[in-house]
Amino acid sequence: MSDVKDIQLLMGNEAMGRGLIEAGCQIAAAYPGTPSTEILQAVIDRRAEAVEPLHVEWSVNEKIAFEVALAASYTGKRAAAIMKQVGLNVAADPFMRTAYLGVKGGLLAIVADDPGPHSSQNEQDTRLFCLQARVPVLDPASPAEAKEMIPAAFALSEQYEVAVVLRPTTRICHARQNVELGEPVRLERRADFQKDPTRWAATPAFLPALHRKLNAKLAQIAREPAWQPRLAPGDGSRPRTALVASGIVHGHLVDLLGELGLDKAVDLFQVLMPYPLSPDFIATLHRDYDHILVLEETYPVIELQLAHPGAVGKQGGAVPREGELTPDILHQVLADFLALPRPPEVPAERRGRRPSLCPGCPHRVSFAVIKQTFPKGIFPSDIGCYTLGMNLGAVHTVHCMGACISQGAGFYQAYAQDGDFPTVVVTIGDSTFFHAGIPALINAVIQKARIIVMILDNATTAMTGGQPVPHLGRAADGGAAKAVAIEPLVRAGGVDFLEVCDPYDQPRLAELLRLADAHIRAPEGGVAVIISRHGCLMEPSVRRGQESFLVTINAACIACRKCVDQFECPALLMDAETGKALVDQDRCVGCGTCIPVCPVAAIVKEKRP
Amino acid sequence: MKQQIIVSGIGGQGVLFLTRVIAQAAVDRGIPVLTAETHGMAQRGGTVLSTIKVGDFHSPLIRSGQADVGLLLWEANLAVHQGLLKPEGHLLINADKPGPGMRVDAGGLARELGNAVLSNLVLLGLAVREGALFCTAADCEQAIRTLAPEKFLAQNLAALHRGMGM
Repeated sequence: MSDVKDIQLLMGNEAMGRGLIEAGCQIAAAYPGTPSTEILQAVIDRRAEAVEPLHVEWSVNEKIAFEVALAASYTGKRAAAIMKQVGLNVAADPFMRTAYLGVKGGLLAIVADDPGPHSSQNEQDTRLFCLQARVPVLDPASPAEAKEMIPAAFALSEQYEVAVVLRPTTRICHARQNVELGEPVRLERRADFQKDPTRWAATPAFLPALHRKLNAKLAQIAREPAWQPRLAPGDGSRPRTALVASGIVHGHLVDLLGELGLDKAVDLFQVLMPYPLSPDFIATLHRDYDHILVLEETYPVIELQLAHPGAVGKQGGAVPREGELTPDILHQVLADFLALPRPPEVPAERRGRRPSLCPGCPHRVSFAVIKQTFPKGIFPSDIGCYTLGMNLGAVHTVHCMGACISQGAGFYQAYAQDGDFPTVVVTIGDSTFFHAGIPALINAVIQKARIIVMILDNATTAMTGGQPVPHLGRAADGGAAKAVAIEPLVRAGGVDFLEVCDPYDQPRLAELLRLADAHIRAPEGGVAVIISRHGCLMEPSVRRGQESFLVTINAACIACRKCVDQFECPALLMDAETGKALVDQDRCVGCGTCIPVCPVAAIVKEKRP
Repeated sequence: MKQQIIVSGIGGQGVLFLTRVIAQAAVDRGIPVLTAETHGMAQRGGTVLSTIKVGDFHSPLIRSGQADVGLLLWEANLAVHQGLLKPEGHLLINADKPGPGMRVDAGGLARELGNAVLSNLVLLGLAVREGALFCTAADCEQAIRTLAPEKFLAQNLAALHRGMGM
């Protein structure tokens, strides 16, 4: 061991990944989702730093990831399941029961919340989920603190034999900080599952006792000295007044108080464990304070447990109930609470340029052809890059992982009972299909839904940065795995119409869509599946493997904007000087998929010189 | 030493790499640093913003009117992010036409070097030359050496130097 500190610039997610390795985690399972993805990726990238055997996996979904980690913990080893906040909804079933049954080796669920939200379908608060589930939850205020909490969280989990949740938010996950590395611990544990069916297979007869035990544990955990709120005392100039903050909001608050010259003006508590909240802390606040401002993201979890008549926060509206609690908003809230001069109103957030599918993205082509073939169709879609198909008018619903197929079936049933039905074209990514699409497909088949399901197979989990999918035959650590192909799964699900097509072949894709429509309308018809298969352009080998033309727009352009507005390729723009469309050669990948969009054939391609 | 910096652009312009270079320069100098970055869907060609706080800070986010330096790779983001900058802050913009702030056609210079994405380091070079940042040219070179893949290293250093007017 050297005396020189090893300090590295780490993203919060990398810090947590390294933290898992340092804490002796031996099983780490995750499904990717922003903002949590890079946690497991960091474990994978750093797996050589582990001093004991380490299994890493991109599980097919979050429920599976949690269950894999759970059973590993039954053997006495340390295990982690990693997901974003809505992933915990998918894993809710095993998660809720785990509270009662408990664990053996430390079990840590890292569940990343997304106040804002920046990249999610809602901004639910995992801390409130944990209150409902009766699972302790930790709320780090910085990447370094998130890493520090991990070994302590495993220790807490093992001391009380309960699962523990670490709840970072986007601003922790995607912050970078100078973080000190420690030595990975060597636990030398051998898998040793102690059979106890009254616990691990607990029937209702055993559950009241387990529930009682859980409640007793929670009462003790709430008083654990290491997890008590931390007080930074003020100078007494504002007596019986306190600020209570947790998570990144505590960091915002410390900086803000410093910038306003108020860093010792008022008692400031940082809550490390929002649930179970310390009863001693609650009693102290009730006894010693009359005015309390509670600052937390995203729901009033601490505030609810405090139940203090002088506390203000989200419930009364002193703090906005929705959205990220940014430093600008915090400034306004604090100014109101401490009767400071009010800062200027925060200008309405301007979002700038909206995101769009990448140049050459095969999804864009699929959407363009769907829209063109069925101008009056209904298009349920799903979670992934292809959600951006809404910019192209080819995505009408997006709900949660895998919902599009069941929603498509629901649309069909509702219309069909009235007589005629519109063509429903569902689009679902390959990774999403494996995650939650398969049961929905089987259901649609057995319920005789007449819908077209297009599986957008780009051979990766693109939105989150390219994690492997089951049909690639590649494990998380890069090693070979058995490839599970999509086609046999679809056929085994009872689908009679199955076709595969590269969407770059737009006439063929349009023809298949028309054949699929004929199938769903035939007397013996049912679900039709088209696999639209073309690799993600973010994958360098895909770019290298396809021809790149020099694509330009000639003088025939009538400035109708169709290519810019309806195809929305980032490489197509309107030239401010000529008023005509222009190809941005810095961004164009030379795929030529935009050519059919132009009504006057002004987009042309030629072989690159 | 305390400095608050914003880096603004659109997905694919190398905002994240530029953010890391500046933050690494702080780490190499032994100064605490915090950054906040845009990941996920917004990275698909949409407006992205990084904030960098160098010195004794606890949060990575920057309040309106508090940034000392603004590095804008996408001029149209000016309307979105200018409000973060102090009135007397240094504003450096990748743009080929006149307007507010100090401007350089970083995209054009980068294309001359063979890749438009190098505009991120061209702009960094300008910021260093103007003395806008807490770090020196040598710090930036060192950080680029730490972070850039070997095969892009020479190109990246050339971009930095081009921005410095060398």
